[in-house]
Amino acid sequence: MTHMPQLSRRSFVASVAALGGGLALGFHLPTGAGPARAAAGAAEVNAWVVVQPDDAVVIRVARSEMGQGITTALPMLVAEELECDWNKVRAEFPTADENLRRHRAWGDMSTGGSRSVRGSQEYLRKAGAAAREMLVVAAAQRWNVPAAECLAAKSIITHKPSGRTLRFGEVAEAAAKLPPPAEPKLKDPKDWTLVGTPQKRLDAMDKVTGKPIFGIDVRVPNMLYAAIVQSPVFGGTPKSYDEAKIHGLKGIRQVVPLANAVAVVADSWWQAKQAVDALPVTWDEGQNGKVSSADIAELLRGGLTTSEAAVVRKEGDVEATLATAAKHIEAEYAAPYLAHATMEPMNCTAHVTPDRVEVWAPTQSGEGSLAAAAAAAEVPPEKVVMHKTMLGGGFGRRGAVQDFVHQAVLIAKAVGQPVKLLWTREEDTRHDFYRPAAMVKFTAGLDASGVPIAWRVRVTSPSIFAALFPQRLVNGVDKFAANGFTDEMAYEVPNVEISYAMRTTHVPVGFWRSVNHSQNGFFRECFVDEMAHAAGQDPYQFRRKLLSKDATRLAVLDAAAKTAGWDKPLPQGVSRGIALVEAYGSLCAQVVEASVGDKGQIKVRRVVAALDTGHVVNPAILQSQVESGIVYGLTAALYGAITIDNGRVSQGNFDDYQMLRMAEMPTIETALVPRGGFWGGGGEVAVPPLAPALCNAIFAATGKRIRSLPLKDQDLSRV
Amino acid sequence: MPHLTINGHAQQVDVDPDTPLLWVLRDTLGLTGTRYGCGIAQCGACTVHINGVATRSCSVPVSAVEGSAITTIEGLSPNGDLHPVQRAWIAHDVPQCGYCQSGMIMAVAALLKEKPQPTDADVDAAITNICRCGTYARIRAAIHTAATA
Repeated sequence: MTHMPQLSRRSFVASVAALGGGLALGFHLPTGAGPARAAAGAAEVNAWVVVQPDDAVVIRVARSEMGQGITTALPMLVAEELECDWNKVRAEFPTADENLRRHRAWGDMSTGGSRSVRGSQEYLRKAGAAAREMLVVAAAQRWNVPAAECLAAKSIITHKPSGRTLRFGEVAEAAAKLPPPAEPKLKDPKDWTLVGTPQKRLDAMDKVTGKPIFGIDVRVPNMLYAAIVQSPVFGGTPKSYDEAKIHGLKGIRQVVPLANAVAVVADSWWQAKQAVDALPVTWDEGQNGKVSSADIAELLRGGLTTSEAAVVRKEGDVEATLATAAKHIEAEYAAPYLAHATMEPMNCTAHVTPDRVEVWAPTQSGEGSLAAAAAAAEVPPEKVVMHKTMLGGGFGRRGAVQDFVHQAVLIAKAVGQPVKLLWTREEDTRHDFYRPAAMVKFTAGLDASGVPIAWRVRVTSPSIFAALFPQRLVNGVDKFAANGFTDEMAYEVPNVEISYAMRTTHVPVGFWRSVNHSQNGFFRECFVDEMAHAAGQDPYQFRRKLLSKDATRLAVLDAAAKTAGWDKPLPQGVSRGIALVEAYGSLCAQVVEASVGDKGQIKVRRVVAALDTGHVVNPAILQSQVESGIVYGLTAALYGAITIDNGRVSQGNFDDYQMLRMAEMPTIETALVPRGGFWGGGGEVAVPPLAPALCNAIFAATGKRIRSLPLKDQDLSRV
Repeated sequence: MPHLTINGHAQQVDVDPDTPLLWVLRDTLGLTGTRYGCGIAQCGACTVHINGVATRSCSVPVSAVEGSAITTIEGLSPNGDLHPVQRAWIAHDVPQCGYCQSGMIMAVAALLKEKPQPTDADVDAAITNICRCGTYARIRAAIHTAATA
């Protein structure tokens, strides 16, 4: 019998019908329009590969697409080994419930930590190789020849001695019935012909025509809309609300109180939003209604000096060496809370019936969404149908915490009809899981020739893992909070002591693109600049000396300096800064060229990035990710700050939580210097070097050392 | 009941006249390519053309556009071909998450109609939409490509 693709179900068909075919969760190449999903009856050679009779190849993508390009990069890994014609490939997303039913045939669906390529490349390549071997065997059996005499290339199998050929589509059904090979043979990387080439994104055509369905775009029959207001003070609860005040407003169906929020359900979202705005709610603010950013800063400052801190790394004797040092430097640094500000605000659509729970969500973790929906509806996971949509940005907001799913399911359950819950931008900004605020205190000793001989680092911040995954703490210590100071800090200093003091506030924290590397990279790379200055040395050459035995880091640092023309003169008024970061298994060095005007106005002119991710699947997409990381880092460095007043977030929208725009955009030059042999992540490592490289450029321009972000709060004026 | 002309089609919609055009497009008419980002005309994800002028539809009540010609991303290239801006977007592989790109493309299409050969300064002044994926460098390159198409 034919292996049927396991993805079409009545529910999905019904949704598509309701949308007039608009729920295009799959993609097609510009050259070949096709159905959004693998056609029923097409042969599923294995969980990842479906080959249709017309040779169209559908490759399943288990991770979430949030802009990082895995809809293209992951199929490239499969297609490389499959030996199919890349022009015949399209991607589709299996659902989390299918994954559950099929005993996790698609493995881990969560998307974060720059893991999509490096965490799935091996089984994806094996899936492609296994499917190719099965197709070849099926063709060989058809011809009654040894499989070893047959070769697959460009979706065609050739019997070499006779020159006979069969198309993949002609043997796919037979191939699907064959047992999968136990150990499919993978190509040597030097033989790759697709991986490593700059292929166009498979999702570009849909994305320039407005077609992709993000969570916010989902429409199902009889759907109502919900708007929500959550307790302005984190941890607060609604005490009472005066429903009479919204009586008579058009379209209002129901007010649904939740543990920390009140939702209004209406015939349209605009009606629901108007009603939420008009609904008087009194809140029990709990204990935190008076907390301010100043209080939090005070708490963190205590963490810089407390004797109760976990030692994360210790080499040599810092204390004794400091006593002998010719020169001492000390500095304290601070970084603020940051919101993710995905372009698409949090949302989720849910339908709860006695038999099942159906959910549509833009999520970085389809399986996490499914679990959240099951928990909220109090049903076993098998009762949940979970559709993952496109994501209008993720950056870590839509992964670990599925609050939007939980809320939507509770509201839909209360209403008994499908409901789309959409947060306003203000709710999104004020109810994030923020990048933790952090502080660091550095103490370093240099010898008479300017060589650092002792380095003490105290990190203090709220812990993401303590908040979200306490079971992953090691002896109560969050090692991730010291990201970038552990073995990722490779500067050769003989005596090093890194410690971490956890400080917990009521502000929710979470994973923000590059996580603790974003603060710690800024702290460390600026302080290295301080050491270089104290030693009277060029900051690039100073780093080179501290990395003299580390050829891999030197290569990346040198590539950035060389591309930037570090030794070449700059235009009048322009200065340079440099930084190097290792994160998620990859290395990224950046050189920023910037000027500072008399009134303190900062102009970032040029950013040069060098990147080593080991192997590169698609250099064009990787380059886009570098550009993206630089803009994300630059936005945060210039403008990013979530501040707390009376227990609540002061910022709400893009007018007071400012984003970088076209006019402030520097030119970006990227030098990809992959050395092969390993798989590093590409989505985050370009974020952390930007802030320190920029602040080091500002120091070179002004002599003013920036030890606290964002730059908008720093006075750099000379008049 | 406001009468609207959207992508060349006359439409009558049963909504409160104060409803922002954005929500009429998205929720009443199902034209979901125009997207919500901020609701205060800051980000431009909701940009459409009103009589050819790029306009942030989140901040325009539907009553204000009766009798105007409204074009959304779905109607940018009515003959089924791609608009030159869309072609340039694909040539430069501009979109990442893609959420803001409908608004970007509509803003750029309007700019090029007014200034077929915009300078970088023209681009900086006219294209103030927000893209959180940071596709600005490619957008600029694609605008210049579209301008010479």
